[in-house]
Amino acid sequence: MFRIDFNKLRFLVCDDNPHMRRILRTLLHSFGAREVYEAEDGATALEMYSHYVPDIVITDWAMPIFDGLELAQMIRQPESKGNPYAPIIMLTGHSEKRRVTVARDAGVTEFLAKPISAKGLYQRILNVVASPRPFIKTKTYFGPDRRRNINSAYMGPERRVGEKHEVLQQPSLLDKARSTI
Amino acid sequence: MAKNSARDIEITAFATHQIITQPNPLRSVLRRVEEKDMDDPIGRAEQALAGLAGEFKDWMATEINRLSAAYVAIRHDGFTKDRRDELFRAAHDIKGDAATFGYPAAAGIAESLCRVIEHAPDLEKVPAELFTHHINAILAIVHENTKLDSISVSAELGRRLRKVADDYLAHANRDRPEHLEVILAPSIAPAG
Repeated sequence: MFRIDFNKLRFLVCDDNPHMRRILRTLLHSFGAREVYEAEDGATALEMYSHYVPDIVITDWAMPIFDGLELAQMIRQPESKGNPYAPIIMLTGHSEKRRVTVARDAGVTEFLAKPISAKGLYQRILNVVASPRPFIKTKTYFGPDRRRNINSAYMGPERRVGEKHEVLQQPSLLDKARSTI
Repeated sequence: MAKNSARDIEITAFATHQIITQPNPLRSVLRRVEEKDMDDPIGRAEQALAGLAGEFKDWMATEINRLSAAYVAIRHDGFTKDRRDELFRAAHDIKGDAATFGYPAAAGIAESLCRVIEHAPDLEKVPAELFTHHINAILAIVHENTKLDSISVSAELGRRLRKVADDYLAHANRDRPEHLEVILAPSIAPAG
């Protein structure tokens, strides 16, 4: 079994709601974290991100002026002087499929729908600490690999091309049928 | 926490993308322990959260006051982008927080209100009763939480409001299939 030494981790929490910040702070301190920095909007969070260089960012989505999605996009600038690779956990009341996809495409590492629970938060932190995904850079995306699993049954075109990734072997329907017998 | 230097980062280039790998910069915070030595951080955190419960009623009162004030401003002066956004954020915060604070039925009604604000094609044309019934229901659930049979009355209230709101949205978006698809799509987010 693995234990996380939370006292070695530095967190940045961004939420415009003071009650939610208090809850997050309480949970993180209970896990053992000592360094928890708080911001109430995306702009402040970005400044704190540069200044404190947190290991993990936990952000709300809906905030005035500069929201959590924009914060994620600003952090995921591959040419920036700061660290564009920090795990970002989006904690939000938004839970529609479209929203999850948009967050993923902004470079968010993990998505956690409110209402918050200690277990849910711990598991997302464990995921980003123990199982970091490689980063992918394309013309339109920079962030953690959006493919969490290799789907051996995938039959569509390969959307990433080049070298050995150019053609994804697609089993014939006959082979598929045989393999299921 | 130590960060990887640029030379630790390995980039594999393909025609349309690069795959960037690096040693796990957070590996030093993971320790393998025997099961008997494992403490219970989740249980500890749940206890700490329970310790805040005495404040939840006041926090919820703050949230509903904010929602009421946001709607009063709209009733007086009409919808602007700022007023609409403030109403949405107030409802959205209740949607996210109310279950944690012990008012799950209020969270469900706030979600229904968020859907109206987000998906109505023209907020000026939404019947005022649709807003007031949602807001009054949330206020009633919070104010009468210890008196109402919260399972039956609040849940039934929430179901009916959601039905009315969804019927309105389906009708108002009948010529906007892309919106209808979003409105009718189920939540896929991993919960708690």
